[in-house]
Amino acid sequence: MGLRTPLYDLHVELGARMVDFGGWDMPVNYGSQIEEHHAVRRDAGVFDVSHMCVIDARGPKVRAFFAHLLANDVAKLTTSGKALYSCMLNEQGGVIDDLIVYFLDESWFRVVVNAGTRDKDLAWMRKEAAPFGVALTERTDLAMLAVQGPNARAKAVELLPTDARAAALALEVFYGREIDSWFVARTGYTGEDGFEIMLPAGDAARVWRELNAKGVKSAGLGARDTLRLEAAMNLYGNDMDESVNPLESGLAWTVSFDNPARDFIGRRALESKLAAGLSRKLVALLLEDRGVLRGHQKVIVQGLENGANEGEITSGTFSPTMEKSIALARVPRATSGAVKVDVRGKLLNARVVKAPFVRHGKILVS
Amino acid sequence: MSNIPADLKYTKSHEWVRALSDGNVEVGITDHAQGALGDLVFVEVPEAGKALKAGDAFAVVESVKAASDVYAPLAGSVVEGNAALGGQPELINSEPYGAGWIMRLKPGAAPSGLLSAAEYQAHLAAEG
Repeated sequence: MGLRTPLYDLHVELGARMVDFGGWDMPVNYGSQIEEHHAVRRDAGVFDVSHMCVIDARGPKVRAFFAHLLANDVAKLTTSGKALYSCMLNEQGGVIDDLIVYFLDESWFRVVVNAGTRDKDLAWMRKEAAPFGVALTERTDLAMLAVQGPNARAKAVELLPTDARAAALALEVFYGREIDSWFVARTGYTGEDGFEIMLPAGDAARVWRELNAKGVKSAGLGARDTLRLEAAMNLYGNDMDESVNPLESGLAWTVSFDNPARDFIGRRALESKLAAGLSRKLVALLLEDRGVLRGHQKVIVQGLENGANEGEITSGTFSPTMEKSIALARVPRATSGAVKVDVRGKLLNARVVKAPFVRHGKILVS
Repeated sequence: MSNIPADLKYTKSHEWVRALSDGNVEVGITDHAQGALGDLVFVEVPEAGKALKAGDAFAVVESVKAASDVYAPLAGSVVEGNAALGGQPELINSEPYGAGWIMRLKPGAAPSGLLSAAEYQAHLAAEG
């Protein structure tokens, strides 16, 4: 038996197919993954993301701690509630995890990390936090629901007291704040608008049922994966890990070298890689033939020398919105245009396209 | 609880076999198999005339989650693959024992080792 979120019994009651995900028993779907996917693109869906790890970081030097710990620069966080997406790197520039950090006040930041990396993240953060005198507290008392879709915010705020709704609706993109007994953030992992809501674990099942009653469809990790891949958002462990750096993972935009005095972990390794020249990049692929791209399939780039002409799919799936197969792939830096992918022994035609594939309900790739 | 019609034969790898009145057999995957795979999005069916040995992979079914081979329950020659699955792979989800059939086969030898519905049910229970 795996770890269980506060919503486990409800998932089972709702008929979910439960699977192991990073040691947690999680719902992969409640019937049809494709219907759940479409509900999020067209209306609203709710995901249980309580397996993710919420950590409060407190102390007078908390800002300096995160400036050292993270590849993105928390100096960008000047307004209370503002969130930042960042990688946490090791000394070699490899990605320990990707995370979201919220600035709440000068002695309180909140960070949300992946479930599968919880133990190593906490160990790493505790070691690095000690010299800054920052206390880290895991918030196991909180459940987290992701309510996503074009109608998600309007439906979710109906569960708040009338006088609290305006504050939730006023949240700008990538901001979070405490509202009533919830911490509401306008963030997500689907390419749609919506909220991620942290709330007392004991309230989660009631809130989930009330969301269902408002027409918000229960959605599982299967739909979460197809939605994030259409939005070309990386998944830790698939698209990047400790063996690769963010600059070769489509995440250069999250690494801030702007402040030359900021000595973040991994900086020197990244700078020497940049000086030596990067060899790979992460790209979005669209399959032109019939079939389905999957992780670890080999990509062959025409026009490059043998031995330097191969890449690998890091995540692949069938896109329910586009009804075509899409993927992220790590390929030689010079790759562009048409490529071949070895799909179960057949070389199929694919091409590099501009990410994302789908955003806010619209297909962006033709 | 998955549906296991009493009039079909089964394999441990979750195919079903139906004897047709013309002496051929129809083959598909079970309700349990389609449920485990999830929404099907791509099916590759065999060409007519293809010779199969028992246990040969004759089709690929891909769901949003994963790709799986489908194995021939008995030897024979393919009469036809279900062309409808090209445009509607979801027929396997909605009607695994009906419109979601995958191939029709002219048996080359008497089948051996197929499971009855009760035996397949026991096999599923043992697999957990």
